[in-house]
Amino acid sequence: MNAVMAIIRRDLLLAMRRKSEVLTALFFFIIVVSLFPLGIGPETALLRKIAPGILWVAALLATMLGLARLFAPDHADGTLEQMVLAPAPLGLLVTGKIIAHWITTGLPLVLLAPVLGIQFDLDTGALGILVVALLLGTPLLSLIGAIGAALTLGLRGGGVLLSLLVLPLYVPALIFGAGAVEAHISGLGAGGHLSLLAALLALAVFFAPWATTAALRIALE
Amino acid sequence: MLTATALSCVRGERRLFAGLDLAVGPGEWLHVQGENGAGKTSLLRILAGLSPAAEGEVFWQGEPIKVLAEGYRRQLLFLGHHGAVKEELTPLENLTLAAQLDGTALEEMAALKALARFGLRGREDLNVRFLSAGQKRRVLLARLAVRKATLWILDEPFTALDVKAVEMLSGLIVEHVTNGGIAILTSHQAIPLPNGKVLKVGT
Amino acid sequence: MSNNKIINWFKYASPQSFYPVAGRMIPWFWGLAAIFFVVGLYISFFVAPTDFQQGEGYRIIFIHVPAAWMSMFIYLVMAFWAGLGLALNTRLSSMMAQALAPTGAIMAFLSLWTGAWWGKPMWGAWWVWDARLTSALILFFLYIGFIALQAAIDDARRADKAGAILALVGVVNVPIIYFSVKWWNTLHQGASVSLTKAPSMATTMLWGMLIMALAFWMYSIAVALTRVRAIILEREAHTEWVKELPEVKQ
Repeated sequence: MNAVMAIIRRDLLLAMRRKSEVLTALFFFIIVVSLFPLGIGPETALLRKIAPGILWVAALLATMLGLARLFAPDHADGTLEQMVLAPAPLGLLVTGKIIAHWITTGLPLVLLAPVLGIQFDLDTGALGILVVALLLGTPLLSLIGAIGAALTLGLRGGGVLLSLLVLPLYVPALIFGAGAVEAHISGLGAGGHLSLLAALLALAVFFAPWATTAALRIALE
Repeated sequence: MLTATALSCVRGERRLFAGLDLAVGPGEWLHVQGENGAGKTSLLRILAGLSPAAEGEVFWQGEPIKVLAEGYRRQLLFLGHHGAVKEELTPLENLTLAAQLDGTALEEMAALKALARFGLRGREDLNVRFLSAGQKRRVLLARLAVRKATLWILDEPFTALDVKAVEMLSGLIVEHVTNGGIAILTSHQAIPLPNGKVLKVGT
Repeated sequence: MSNNKIINWFKYASPQSFYPVAGRMIPWFWGLAAIFFVVGLYISFFVAPTDFQQGEGYRIIFIHVPAAWMSMFIYLVMAFWAGLGLALNTRLSSMMAQALAPTGAIMAFLSLWTGAWWGKPMWGAWWVWDARLTSALILFFLYIGFIALQAAIDDARRADKAGAILALVGVVNVPIIYFSVKWWNTLHQGASVSLTKAPSMATTMLWGMLIMALAFWMYSIAVALTRVRAIILEREAHTEWVKELPEVKQ
C-alpha cells in the first residue's frame, strides 16, 4: 500500500512540475465546449438539450489528450522496468498511476463542468446530476484508457491508434453519463443511469488494472 | 545463488544465444561480455525476470524465479540502460521515491549521505534536468548505496562516468561482493575489479 | 517432464502440421460455400414469397442478416482463439485470430452497407440510429482497432498478445455496448424505427436465411484458412520446412 501511495504522490508531484500538460487538457475541454454554441447558434432551448452530450464528448476527448503520456515517460526513462521489478504487485502500482491520472485529468473536469453547464443554461438539479455522473464516469474513462495506453506503448502513431482503440469502448460511459443528465431534465430521474454507471465503474476497477498490467508486461518483453 | 540452465533467447527471427548455463554464488561477480547485439542486455533482462526466455529457466536459491516472484524481486536490484531517473525531480526526491517504490523507507540523512558519496553534495535540490549526463548516472548509482539487495544486475554501469566515478562504483561493487553479495554486469571496458567470472555471449 | 502429453498435443497443432491439413480442407469449405450460396440465393430470390408490406426490397435481408450474425460470431471466435493463444502460448491459435479479423470486419461492413440499402426503401433514410445498426457500427470499429493494433506492432509475438488482450477486453465490452446502445435507443424514442416489429417471417424466408448463414459460415472458414496459411508462410519463412515446400521452391 505504501508503494501505491508513493506512486500517486510521485505522479502528482510530476504533474505539478509539468503543469502545462494538465492545464492544456483543461483548456482544451473549455474551448471545445465553448465552440459548440458558435457552431449551432445561441438558441437556449436547443443548447440546454444538447449540453450533456457536448460536455461528455468534450470530457472524453480531453481525457484522451493526456492518455498517451500515461505510461510513455515512465517507459522512456526506465521507471516502468523498475515498477515491474518492485516487490509490490505491478497491478497495484498501475492502479496508483491510474488514480493519479484521474486526479490530474478527470477531477478538474468534474469541478469545471458545472461552470460550463451554466453557459448552457442547465438548472441546479441538472448541474448536480452532471457532477455526479462525471464523478462516476471519469474514473471509468481513466481505467479503460489505461488499457489502451498500455497496449499502444511505444508504437508508431501510438496516439491516433490509442483513440481508435479506446473511443469505441467509451460508448457505454458516454451513453449512461450524458443520459443521466438528459433523463433528469426530461423528468425521468437519473437513478437508473447513475447506478449503471456505478456498476460499470465497479467492473472496470476489477478488470482494467489487470488488463493494463498484462499489456504493460507484453510491451516490456 | 543465481543459476540458469539452457537459456535461449530469440529476437524477431534471430536466435541470439542458446543453451546458455550460468551459476553465480555469494561473493562472486560475473562479467557478461559480447559484441554489440550479441544479446547481453537480453540476457540481463531474462535474468531479472523482465522478459521470458525462449527456452530454459532461471533459478534463485534453487527455486524458479517465476515461482518466487516477489521473493526474488525483493533481493534484486536492476539498473538498465535508462536510468529510471525523473528529470523533473531532484536527486533527493528521485532517491526517496525509488526507495518507497522498493517498499523500504529511506531516511533523508541516509539519502543525503549516499548522494554526497557520489559527489552530488550541493545538488540535492536541483532538478535532475539541470545535471550533466554523468551526474544523472551518479544519481542512479547512489541507489546502489542505499538499497539493500543481494543480487545486483547492472547493464553498462560504467557508461558516461568519469575516472573518479568509475573508481567509486568499482569500490561499491567490491564492497557488495565481499559482503556476500552477487553482481552481474555488462561492460565494454575492462573492469578494474578482481576475481570476476567471465561469460561470453553470442557466436 | 510431467507435461509431456501437452507438449505432444501442441506439436500436433503446430503451424507445420496444420499447414497441409488446412490446405486439404480449404477446397471442401469452398465447395460447401458454393452449394449453400446457390441453394440459398435460389430460395431467397425465387422461392421466398414477396413480402406484402415491404415488397421485393426485403430480399436484401438474405445477405444482411447472415452478415450481421457472422460479424458477431466471428468476433467471439476470434477472441476465443486469441485468448487461447495468450493463455497457452500456442502460435497457431493467435494466427487463427489474426486471420479471422479481416473477415469479421468485412462481415460487419457488409451488414452496415446492406443495412443502409435496406433502410432506404423501408425507412426512407440510408442511416437511422437504430440500436442494432449502431452496435454493428461500433463492432466494426472494434475490428478495425484490432487490425490496426496488430499492424502497428512489428514483433509478431507481441502483436499476438496485445491483440489478444484487446479482443478479450472487446468481448467483455460487446454485450455492455449492445445493452447501452439499446437503452439509449429506447430512451430517445421517435428517432428510429424498431426492427423487431417486422411481421412474422414465412418459413421459406427463414430457411433461405439459415442456408445463406451456412454459406457465409463456410465462406468465412475457407477464407480464414487460406489467410492463416499465408500467415504461417510469412512467419515461418525462415524455417527449413517452409523452404522445403514445393510451392515455395518453385
